[in-house]
Amino acid sequence: MPSAPTKLYADDVSLLVVLLDTNPFFWSTSSLPFSKFLSHVLSFLNSILLLNQINQIVVIATGCNSCDYIYDSSLSTNPGIENGKLPALCSELLKKLEDFVTRDEQLNKQHSLPPTTTSSSLLSGSLSMALCYIQRVFRSGPLRPHPRILCVQGSSDGPEQYVAIMNSIFSAQRSMVPIDSCYIGSNNSAFLQQASYITGGVYQKPQQLDGLFQYLSTVFATDLHSRAFLQLPKSVGVDFRASCFCHKKTIDMGYICSVCLSIFCKHHKKCSTCGSVFGQAQSDVASASNLKRKTPET
Amino acid sequence: MASGHVIKRAKYKTSPKGAGTPGVLKMTENKIMFKPNDPTSASKIDVEFRSIKGYKNTKEGSNNPPLLNLSLEQGGSYIFEFENFLDLQVCREFVGNALTKSGDAAKAKSGDTAKAKSGEAVATSDRSTVTYPDEQLISSAEMELRIKLLRENSELQNLHKKFVLGNILTESEFWATRKKLLDGDSGTKSKQRVGFKSSMILDIKPMTDGRTNKVTFNLTPEIKYQIFALKPAVHRAFLNHVPNKMTEKDFWTKYFRAEYLHSTKNAVAAAAEAAEDEELAIFLKDDDILANAARQKIRRVDPTLDMEADQGDDYMHLPDHGIFRDGSKEITDSQHEQFKRTFLQDLNRQGEVVLEGRTIDVELEDPRTVAEALAQSRQESDENAKQERLDRISRMTEMEDLQAPHDHPLAPLCIKDPRDYFDSQLLKISDDTRAGSEQLRCSLSSEEAYGSLRGSISEIKAMGLSDPVVRPEVAVMVLNGLTQNISSTKFQLGKNAQESILNSLPNTTKEELLHHWISIQELLRHFWSSYPITTSYLYAKVSRVKDAMSKIYPQLEEIKESVPSDLRQQVFLLVRPMHQALDAAFQHYEADLQKRSAKSGEKPNGYV
Repeated sequence: MPSAPTKLYADDVSLLVVLLDTNPFFWSTSSLPFSKFLSHVLSFLNSILLLNQINQIVVIATGCNSCDYIYDSSLSTNPGIENGKLPALCSELLKKLEDFVTRDEQLNKQHSLPPTTTSSSLLSGSLSMALCYIQRVFRSGPLRPHPRILCVQGSSDGPEQYVAIMNSIFSAQRSMVPIDSCYIGSNNSAFLQQASYITGGVYQKPQQLDGLFQYLSTVFATDLHSRAFLQLPKSVGVDFRASCFCHKKTIDMGYICSVCLSIFCKHHKKCSTCGSVFGQAQSDVASASNLKRKTPET
Repeated sequence: MASGHVIKRAKYKTSPKGAGTPGVLKMTENKIMFKPNDPTSASKIDVEFRSIKGYKNTKEGSNNPPLLNLSLEQGGSYIFEFENFLDLQVCREFVGNALTKSGDAAKAKSGDTAKAKSGEAVATSDRSTVTYPDEQLISSAEMELRIKLLRENSELQNLHKKFVLGNILTESEFWATRKKLLDGDSGTKSKQRVGFKSSMILDIKPMTDGRTNKVTFNLTPEIKYQIFALKPAVHRAFLNHVPNKMTEKDFWTKYFRAEYLHSTKNAVAAAAEAAEDEELAIFLKDDDILANAARQKIRRVDPTLDMEADQGDDYMHLPDHGIFRDGSKEITDSQHEQFKRTFLQDLNRQGEVVLEGRTIDVELEDPRTVAEALAQSRQESDENAKQERLDRISRMTEMEDLQAPHDHPLAPLCIKDPRDYFDSQLLKISDDTRAGSEQLRCSLSSEEAYGSLRGSISEIKAMGLSDPVVRPEVAVMVLNGLTQNISSTKFQLGKNAQESILNSLPNTTKEELLHHWISIQELLRHFWSSYPITTSYLYAKVSRVKDAMSKIYPQLEEIKESVPSDLRQQVFLLVRPMHQALDAAFQHYEADLQKRSAKSGEKPNGYV
């Protein structure tokens, strides 16, 4: 770990926080096996570290029941020493990952209420952890890095996390941290699209999953300064639809509290967030005009 | 009114003043005939409405006899005098209708000779089955307005040509959706109220003929009104003395005598005259009225204003600042002070009256009625002022910090403990929406899933990273996929606010597209406004509009195919909403048709 008396300002240094989706339910249905996926991602992480000596990588696993840091290059004790077939980075990361999966499974058993749990991962949790880490680096440490978050996500959005994810997105936006997203699931992820759109990151949905490494290294490897000179893929459209606060359904038309802007899928007498009492909708016509349609931008 | 002809007794005149030839006026749908009672008279008329350009008539209530003046297109005019205004009214309406109709026909003719009188043709062919709302009820003024609008707006003209002359919409249908245009335009023409003249009438210059001592003042009703408004003393005197004590003429003579004395700046003479003639005196002293007015004005002043502090600035009693009207010579004569009117006072009064505007709305012919109306309006405004004053005092004198806060219709924002909210939400979700949101439900149990995940991890531990990570051919594909978009226009579109897709298209295509858009909008407006179909007339209209729309459909396809391939995508994007809008209309039409035929099989003619 390089130590410097004052914070180092270098425009091509990256602090990359990678959020890895470790949702077992997604990976058991994915066309890309988890081992292949890991192989692509690990190679990518290695190449990031090779790009600049003081680049830093933090990997956070996004599970179904918990999230955890599984790798931090600044804490890595034996950089560069090969351990048989794998670089030290990989063996360390894989060991932590294995522990994490075991712990996550136990958690799953503990509150396994229904036999089939939700298929979405706790993206809001891992995003929050990433932001917390970045805040800590901002306030301490020798480096003044250019942090960014990369979500490598496969499982579909969990609408119940809508508010939490949006809050994370907005705090990332406030602290000028772009959220890049590489979505390898079947449909587009509205959350990640919005996250990248709002924070000025890149959203990419690879078509060729077996070329994942190529996508990662082409699109997401460059530091923020160099991005200004590149023509990175721009998103064609962003799904701006919101989830209602009452049932967590993704809706394209709904009611909005005029006081606190909470979103509801049907008319309520009282706002559940701020407690404002709404007047009765006078007629169908009047209530229809209160509905706001939000359509994906094309 | 809808009857085909009108026969009235009338006098035919060549000029409004002439005696005229008595006879019978007969008007049919397209002709005007006049037969004099004296068969030998030469003033026989037989003309078609087509050759008549317009008409004028005298107003009821004016002093003129009921006259109708028909002006001819070639110049000249026919004037008819009727026996009474009722007759005139009937004939006027008839002429108005006949003129608009012939105007329509003429227009149709000029537009397309093959379809001459198309408006009529449509009407007659459909009239056998359906009843039209009466189309003849438009005044010639409105007709003119329509023609003017068409002339000014070429887009409107195109639409009109296409739909009205193409028998898709009738004239009245076309304009029915543009009522606002017609109203808005006519609204700008009138409505402006004439205000109070702002020129000072105080200086009505007397005319002297130079030889005698006679002085002549010219008075008009307007001037009388102005005098009443400006000089409350004169106004009051008029009300008191006319016509009981003196005639109106005497009154005005006296007034101007006083005024003349004043204008000669002979205060002494004025005082002498006033002493002799008490009636004259009233014109010269209006102190009490002025004082009254001043008191009222003081009451209207903001109650928080410290008047005493301003007393030093009293302009009322100071010599006027050298303005010509009041001679500063007069100041010396303090005993005649009452006869002095300061110019500044006059000026202020004038300003006040002008700003007040015209408060009465009566004919100015009779000064007596004017005077009374003015008195009344003053009284009303006094009452209003009183109430207003009270309100004002209560508003102005309130001390802000002593008042209860105005109750705003707002509720304070209070976010309850957010944990309550999120916790309760979490529970709710876990039961009700899981089934809906789950797209990716896997067949494996959680143990199996976790097991396979761990398996993959140990697999990669054992095998190491795959080598090569990416096969070269895949990498090339990915790179190509990522970079081809960079040059594609798809990503440039809509990014530049100044650039519109339309501008990148060839001009003809652009115009065609815009034109189709306007046509479709017009047709759709008519189409949807016809639903629900309640009359057979609407039914016929809808089918006409629908046919027209289905003609546009293939034209859009043609445009799509005619553009070069690199622009096709953009044109497609532009045309798609048009197609969608049309499709929606067609779908609704079909659905409605089916419902209709299912509901009323025995009534195939479309009656509901």
